[in-house]
Amino acid sequence: MNALADFHDAFVAALHDEVSSFAPAGHAAFAMYRNTVMRACLDALEANFPAVLCLVGRDWFRAAAAIHARESLPKDPRLARYGDDFPAFLEAFEPAAGLPYLADVARLDRLYNESLDAADAEPLDTDRLVGVAPSVLAATRLHIHPATRWLASPFPALSIWRPSRNGVAVGGELAWQPECSIAVRVAGEVSMLPASRAELTMLEACGRGATMGEAAATVATAHPDASIELTVSGLLRSGAFAHP
Amino acid sequence: MPPPLAAGMSFKPAHMEEALHCASPGLWFEVHPENYMADGGPRPAMLEVLAERHPLSLHGVSLSLAAAAPPDAGHLHRLRRLVDRVKPVLVSEHLAWSAWGGHYLPDLLPFPRTQEALARVAANVLRSQDALGCRISIENPAHYLVLDGHDWSETDFLSELVRRTGCGLLLDVNNVHVSAHNTGVDALAYLDAFPLHAVTEIHLAGHGVDEDFPATLLIDSHDAPVDESVWRLYRHVLSRGGPRPTLIERDGNLPSFDVLLQECARAGDLLETGGRAA
Repeated sequence: MNALADFHDAFVAALHDEVSSFAPAGHAAFAMYRNTVMRACLDALEANFPAVLCLVGRDWFRAAAAIHARESLPKDPRLARYGDDFPAFLEAFEPAAGLPYLADVARLDRLYNESLDAADAEPLDTDRLVGVAPSVLAATRLHIHPATRWLASPFPALSIWRPSRNGVAVGGELAWQPECSIAVRVAGEVSMLPASRAELTMLEACGRGATMGEAAATVATAHPDASIELTVSGLLRSGAFAHP
Repeated sequence: MPPPLAAGMSFKPAHMEEALHCASPGLWFEVHPENYMADGGPRPAMLEVLAERHPLSLHGVSLSLAAAAPPDAGHLHRLRRLVDRVKPVLVSEHLAWSAWGGHYLPDLLPFPRTQEALARVAANVLRSQDALGCRISIENPAHYLVLDGHDWSETDFLSELVRRTGCGLLLDVNNVHVSAHNTGVDALAYLDAFPLHAVTEIHLAGHGVDEDFPATLLIDSHDAPVDESVWRLYRHVLSRGGPRPTLIERDGNLPSFDVLLQECARAGDLLETGGRAA
């Protein structure tokens, strides 16, 4: 009694394979199902990677996305999550070799959506840290807000992402240098902020459960030129932390 | 007692402000829960605000009830969380499958209505109703081709499903029209065999043709106004089965809120007159 399972297997195989012996695939209308599945995948990828779409144009995007979709169908019916491996696909995609920053722009699109849909949590009230004795502060653990994400890119990914996300061409004044970014969600709105490498090191340390003192020591070791005070105050202002 | 549901419309975030301010009597909204199943953030929060103002229906597209496997437990759990959060007045799904072998195929796929399939769909509906803590209604699908190997007509299959599970039915009149046209069935005969007593909701939508296919194939596209042929079938349903909450279903080519409200008003008039044009 596995006829239904066999039917699913044959149907799915015929969705992928245009030369199929599966009887329903002999109907011209079977292509409706092939088209609908593929179109929904491509529409979802377009919606989830708007900055990439802007950079490469719709025809190029859909051609690349179709290759990806055939290799990697959605696993989750929440299509806003589809494309978790699309940045890695773009990184290895030969026709995109001339756009080495494209995968990181895709990662920023991805982080934006992750931040948007992450769990709610009360943000850290930084006023509570004012006047706290330094020894107490050093022993305090900061909790990263569930909607906080970050990326260190060897390219000016954020400077390329920001105008592209809004459908605008990247300006000629672009400085070709590595960029770090932090996505934060404040009052329901995601912001993608420029960050220093030291700030990401601090976030990574806090994410591992380090106290502020330990995190500061890690930053000082990794980035001896960075100001700990500026690194901490910048992060606290950004909204990257949650109330414990 | 809340006022009875009359005509509602698909909710789109672009219409949020107008939806919140609209006081049209009996108006309600329907969404695909998959679009609001985020862990947090503005999307579920928006739905919660809407649900405080208007009755809300959750119309799922991905439980894959006709798969030879139980619905995904994680998905059911997330759907339950959304049900608890927005307290929908109606919850519905499709007589179709869309998940198989660890993949989600974003479409509503057909299957042979065999004894085995009936047992499986019934088990999946029962499991879903248990997990969600409420009755769900199952929608008749749009068909594009005739499959072999059916043991049951669709209307008998749905009647038996209702009997085995206590589920309700969502009668999509546009799907009836599209399927009848595409597979050579008489739409009125289909409606006359439909177990109208179990219908909790009616869908009305527009259809079209796809440029990749012959114009003889109608597509359940939800991107156009409700066609006159579908209004005629709707009047027939109302005259036989009495009024039911009716949705103007629109996904693509989104018109203004007021245009959808006009279609709601037309359905609302027919609901009041039992299908006779006022």
